[in-house]
Amino acid sequence: MLRRAIENLGNRTIQGVWRMGFATRFFLAVLLHSGTAFRRFGLTIREMYFSGVLSLIIILVSGLFVGMVLGLQGYETLQTYGSEEALGILVALSLVRELGPVVAALLFASRAGSAITAEIGLMKATEQLSAMEMMAVDPIARVVAPRFWAGVFSMPLLAALFSAMGVFGGYLVGVQLIGVDEGSFWSQMQSAVDFEQDILNGVIKSVVFGVAITAIALFEGYDAPPTAEGVSGATTRTVVTSSLAVLALDFVLTAFMFRGLN
Amino acid sequence: MHPDNLVEIAGVAFGYGARPVLKGINLTARRGQVVAIMGSSGCGKTTLLRLIGGQIKPDEGTVRVAGESVGELDQAGLYRLRRKMGMLFQFGALFTDMSVFDNVAFQLREHTDLPEDAIRDLVLMKLNAVGLRGAAQLMPAELSGGMARRVALARAIALDPMLVMYDEPFAGLDPISLGVTGNLIRRLTDTLGLTSLLVTHDVQESLKIVDYVYFVSEGVIVAEGTAEEIKASGLPYVHQFVHGEADGPVPFHYPAPPYAADLGLEVRRA
Repeated sequence: MLRRAIENLGNRTIQGVWRMGFATRFFLAVLLHSGTAFRRFGLTIREMYFSGVLSLIIILVSGLFVGMVLGLQGYETLQTYGSEEALGILVALSLVRELGPVVAALLFASRAGSAITAEIGLMKATEQLSAMEMMAVDPIARVVAPRFWAGVFSMPLLAALFSAMGVFGGYLVGVQLIGVDEGSFWSQMQSAVDFEQDILNGVIKSVVFGVAITAIALFEGYDAPPTAEGVSGATTRTVVTSSLAVLALDFVLTAFMFRGLN
Repeated sequence: MHPDNLVEIAGVAFGYGARPVLKGINLTARRGQVVAIMGSSGCGKTTLLRLIGGQIKPDEGTVRVAGESVGELDQAGLYRLRRKMGMLFQFGALFTDMSVFDNVAFQLREHTDLPEDAIRDLVLMKLNAVGLRGAAQLMPAELSGGMARRVALARAIALDPMLVMYDEPFAGLDPISLGVTGNLIRRLTDTLGLTSLLVTHDVQESLKIVDYVYFVSEGVIVAEGTAEEIKASGLPYVHQFVHGEADGPVPFHYPAPPYAADLGLEVRRA
């Protein structure tokens, strides 16, 4: 009984280490074979449409609602201290520093990440990747790399749009609905939000999240067992793993970027 | 390697982990021939195709295609060789996000600098050869199984390969598509001067079109010969296979404990 438990633990550890090694090699191979994604940029643009443009609806609508909730909650808290004019700062900083990159990344993982895994997994299950290899076309270069770079390029754009929509949502609720002074709302936001500290750090975060989500989604699809069950399991793993990775990376990046600020 | 031979497999052994699949296979495909590899499901037929295509490497022995040892080629060499090979996968493996036209044009666009006008002409010629010029703008989801197989065949011959490999080309086809596919394989082999290597367990259809047959069982070649020799063979395995008998050297029952013991009859008697 004990021996079997130890054997199982050993097996799982070896499999885990092996999979980590395979994932690292896969990621390096994607970087190494990225030439096609840039030489034939049309391939990457096409994937940006599927990953980015088709995620716009969920990103914009979510951004609007998150901004509106921030407006409501922020006003409630700020008016206690008589500083409701600072609502613009609260909404903008919350969005560009944290909520924009993080929530957009979580939505991107659910919408685009799962789609990438399912697509690559099904291509593998239906032998499309093998067919490509047999036609002397490297699937890593032709299929995987353009999707990777499309995800990396799309993610900061989506996060920026999320934040912009969120600021607009905060404005609608704070200024138009509740009646916070419009001039204070915008001018305080303009003076408090720093391009380098806030916006650029937010962009860096979203690029890192884009790399993590797309790499996980592509690896899970590429490594998926070629069965219906295998592909569905891989899709679930993509959403769970990349969401956790985003939250963990966010903590690490925040610790490095904003520690000791002010 | 004899110049007449396009594919030569000598003493090839291969296993997945500890499970041996092929145990010393010797096989030759001469240029211009349709050669079939037959055997029951799971006997290692598809593994042989994967070895020839260089997707896996043999544990022992050599696989030579056009004089090149496939297992010893690096990726660039392998891709150079694969440009002279076509492969028809069991269910076509068409790219589902591309139209029929784009599927057939895929290799031409990837490997040549031909202008789009020339690609269009070539694609339509290949589709015409398989009778599907009119289906050029359809998507793979709109095709029947037989049509998808024919489109995949047009795609496999897009670059005028010297060797085309077919993995179960007759599986799941209706009788009309079956005959059409068989005739196409024979006709394309003859008119384009290809060599065709067919992995199948459809005996009746393939014996109509092949020049030479190899029978694989439990990882070794158990019989070989022309279609006529195979039909007349007295070997029990070949006889069972050709006549589709349920029981014989390939048993009907998967190994199991005695039936009575499984039903608990001995216990009751005791």
